[in-house]
Amino acid sequence: MRDAFARSFYENAQRDPKLFMVVADISPASKMTNFKAEFPTRFVDVGVAEQSLIGLSAGLALRGFRPFAYTIANFAIYRPFEQVRDDVCYQNLPVTIVGMGAGITYSPLGATHHTLEDVAVMSAIPNMTVLAPCDPAEVEESVHFAARHWGPVYLRLGKAGEANLTQNAPEPFRFGRIRQIKAGSDVCLLSYGPITKMACELAAKIEAERSVSAAVYSVHTLKPLDTDGLTAVLARYPTVVTLEEHVQRGGLGAQVKQLAWDSSARCRLHTFALKDEFIHLYGSHDQLRRAHGLSVDQLYAAVA
Amino acid sequence: MALSTELSSPQTSAAFDIREAKVRCRRMRRRILELSQRLPALHVAPAFSCLEIVDTIYYGLMRRPDASKNDTFILSKGHGALAQFAVLEELGVMSRHDLDTCCHPEGRLGGHPDYGAPGIEASTGSLGHGLPMSLGICLAERELGRESAVYVVASDGELMEGSTWESVLLAPTLRIRNLVLFVDLNDFISGGQTSLTHRNIYPVAEKFEAFGWQAIHADGHDQDSLFGAASRKDPSRPLAVVARTVKGKGVSYMENQPIWHYRSPNATEYQQALAELADPDLDR
Repeated sequence: MRDAFARSFYENAQRDPKLFMVVADISPASKMTNFKAEFPTRFVDVGVAEQSLIGLSAGLALRGFRPFAYTIANFAIYRPFEQVRDDVCYQNLPVTIVGMGAGITYSPLGATHHTLEDVAVMSAIPNMTVLAPCDPAEVEESVHFAARHWGPVYLRLGKAGEANLTQNAPEPFRFGRIRQIKAGSDVCLLSYGPITKMACELAAKIEAERSVSAAVYSVHTLKPLDTDGLTAVLARYPTVVTLEEHVQRGGLGAQVKQLAWDSSARCRLHTFALKDEFIHLYGSHDQLRRAHGLSVDQLYAAVA
Repeated sequence: MALSTELSSPQTSAAFDIREAKVRCRRMRRRILELSQRLPALHVAPAFSCLEIVDTIYYGLMRRPDASKNDTFILSKGHGALAQFAVLEELGVMSRHDLDTCCHPEGRLGGHPDYGAPGIEASTGSLGHGLPMSLGICLAERELGRESAVYVVASDGELMEGSTWESVLLAPTLRIRNLVLFVDLNDFISGGQTSLTHRNIYPVAEKFEAFGWQAIHADGHDQDSLFGAASRKDPSRPLAVVARTVKGKGVSYMENQPIWHYRSPNATEYQQALAELADPDLDR
């Protein structure tokens, strides 16, 4: 995802002289190196100063530029929360805040480096758009959108090396719409971000071990949420499952539950998410997910 | 991209009529007091503290109104909004109606500067936000190849905000030059006297110099002193004008009294203040 982000930003920035890259002590890698070399005045490293990262980006936007403020997710939004709220969202400026390594991507580094509740926190701010692409291809689509959107965006990314999940998706990426990335008719899996890969694996296991078919949707746009699309899913599928690397409160699962109530949905609904607790377990990304009940086997057992 | 190496050419001191400025500031103090009679609580004393600074910036230093050469003003101490509103009214940028309806539902102005209101270039109100935003504006102006200057007024209380020092450290690092910060050093925060409660914000100028800025002391209620300080700007560095001020300046019972940070005078107090601010020599 990191490389896809750098590549897509570079491509957009070559065409659009309004794009700035503002980072907080992040070394440019892959195509970001090219961007910095070719457009040195549009690459700004503020150092370890996240309040300035966001405030300075808002200042650039006040003069018509479109900065991408880029650092590790927890530093990008928690330390400078008031700058995100007041400088960017209150003034409704086109600043894209790029949170790398969101969720529990940085599993062994501990809770200071996790974002368990970033979608909830960012979604709560008026004017904010929240995007969480599921694979590198959707990252490129998201960057393309953010580079043209006149307003604040929180772009939630994983790390590097994720596989593409959407090359055979029946539907294209459309901002603000849930996207079917695998067709199916009995069970519907809704997810966003890199853990969508687990949803795809769960769908494959369900289809292999039971005579049912499972669809997978990427809910890449978490705000504004596609309430019509989700309501239609709740009406159409007998079983709906949400899966997210985020706590329940303020996440996708809680919002889908609300839509299910509002639309008197009659489907079975499972919402899988991280527990509402800080993680003191150190280990691999998959080990931490498993500790919170998020693995294909655990999910299959709960759904079946 | 050409780097801006010089501050915008301010008006000559002859064009910035100091006597007229003093008359104007008295008039604006009375106007602010008049507005304070419509609302139970406005930041009157913080506005009186920075009034001469804001007036000097708009009338003496900023290039206006040529859109291609516009300098920028950000009131980082947003609670001094009445000073900025009064100056913008004098300039005709805000209407009399705008100020008359300040903080009322039918108006468009509130207690702090709000981006989108006439003449307001950034929303402020929470302290320590103006300087980081001003750095972005400076970089944007550089990228646009313009030489416009960015003027920021910050309170001494903002020198307690970490975000302020992040940006003080960052400005010379980013080779920002066309930035002038006026520190409204009235020695009071909302709850008390800074030199007694948080005395290590002093010395101020030396801190800026240690961070790579030029720093000049000024009398924050003397237009000659303020204008002179800005005129001595080193074109290669950002400038901090450390302006000694009096919170509540101009009304005896408000001066240096923390209660007036956020209180409006009653009818008797209002009449006394108007009497103190009448000066037949200056107003003639």
